[in-house]
Amino acid sequence: MSGTPPPTLLEADRITRRTPEGETLLEGVSLAVAAGERVGIEGPTGAGKSVLLRALSLLDPIEGGALEFRGSPLADGDVPAYRSRVAYLHQSPALVEGTVEENLRLPFALRIYRDRSFDRERVAELLGALGQEPSFLGKQKGDLSGGERQVTALVRLLQLAPEVLLLDEPTAALDPESTALAEELIVRWVEAGERAAVWVTHDPAQADRVATRRMRLARGRLTPAADHGRNGGEV
Amino acid sequence: MQAGYIELSYWQVGAAAILILVNGAISMVLKLGLERRLVTAAVRTVVQLLLIGLVLQWVFSHARWYVVVAMMVVMAVVAGVAAVRRTDRRYPGIWLNAILSVWLSSWVITAAALFGIVDVDPWFKPQYAIPLLGMILGNTLNGISLGLDRLGEELTGRRSDVEGLLALGATRWEAARTPLSRAVRTGMIPIVNTMMVVGIVSLPGMMTGQLLAGVDPAQAVKYQVVIMFLIASGTALGTVGVVLLSYKRLFNHRHQFRYDLLKKA
Repeated sequence: MSGTPPPTLLEADRITRRTPEGETLLEGVSLAVAAGERVGIEGPTGAGKSVLLRALSLLDPIEGGALEFRGSPLADGDVPAYRSRVAYLHQSPALVEGTVEENLRLPFALRIYRDRSFDRERVAELLGALGQEPSFLGKQKGDLSGGERQVTALVRLLQLAPEVLLLDEPTAALDPESTALAEELIVRWVEAGERAAVWVTHDPAQADRVATRRMRLARGRLTPAADHGRNGGEV
Repeated sequence: MQAGYIELSYWQVGAAAILILVNGAISMVLKLGLERRLVTAAVRTVVQLLLIGLVLQWVFSHARWYVVVAMMVVMAVVAGVAAVRRTDRRYPGIWLNAILSVWLSSWVITAAALFGIVDVDPWFKPQYAIPLLGMILGNTLNGISLGLDRLGEELTGRRSDVEGLLALGATRWEAARTPLSRAVRTGMIPIVNTMMVVGIVSLPGMMTGQLLAGVDPAQAVKYQVVIMFLIASGTALGTVGVVLLSYKRLFNHRHQFRYDLLKKA
């Protein structure tokens, strides 16, 4: 174990994204994420932070560049399995009608998780770490606040034990207390295995707290966040 | 068939056309501003039907298989185009998909009728082939346009659901299944509803036509029942076809939802 460097889980090599109209959204973005890393990505609104996470989760076709997971490129058929291991959390996650529990059970209806089943104890543990009682499971989607939706979606992902988390402002709708709990949970979760996280945030203080490495995205270009004072320009 | 009906002269047709004045008078009295459109509509009704009458007369008197088939191709393509014109959201390839779906489904069902169920000899006899295809097409086109429209609506309104499933590791099929089945359902509902009330609320056009032509009501009913099932199956095939073809266009092999391809018409 000691001596060998942590493996690179996710590697993006000069990824380029353009709109059909030819507007560049990402320009040659390269990013390697090793196990144990929590990469904080900051940048102004409209810089392409969500576009980058969507590209990393292969939700959008990329116009250039390549993506590897654990050193291998991805064939078309591997994409669902890849997405189950590299999980993308939308900043305003989609939940289905019904209770929180029904939402948490949803993934197990998918083929990729057919060998796994809903684990109430594990879920209660995760909810507890986020300051929620088990009774939260019975809440209806329509009664959830924005923050509770984010909690539900985060637990839905973590229960599936992915290897890389792609987090798009996962605490944007949470109060400071819940934010601290979520940060702690995610940090612990990354440390608990060969795992990593890419964490998009607009809050430098949060990046300070959670990131082991900070990057800055501006106008579709990703750079190390060394030149902190410079602002990425217009929105 | 013996003419068991009163043959109409152009004078009689003209007399009926005068009835458009009823609409015109209402429009003027209530200031509906419809006069211009009424004139256009009346002229179009007359001209379009006279033209199709000429075409049909020609096809009926040149009853060769290739003449009938050519006519059937034109009808299918026109129906496919009309189906897309009624949709709100389109994607590249939608025209081809709609034409293919209408064409294949209506031809398969018409063939089943001509060669099997009704067993027409020769199969291309225009008296049977053209109206059968026409009735199937009219309804299939309706199902296809409703299905396409609903699919566009579902995929736009529920984009985050679809992408949420994909992000969890769903295959493109798993992610698209709900919108797809809703679209197929929407396309199939009108014909099912029609079948529920046929004969109670209204008499279907074809049966009415046969009755006017002096056909025995029992025979007219038999024809109508056959037609209803032809229409229902044609609509089902066409709707499923166009929805599946759309799915193929909008969800690629990398399990990505190409939302960017869907554009407002």
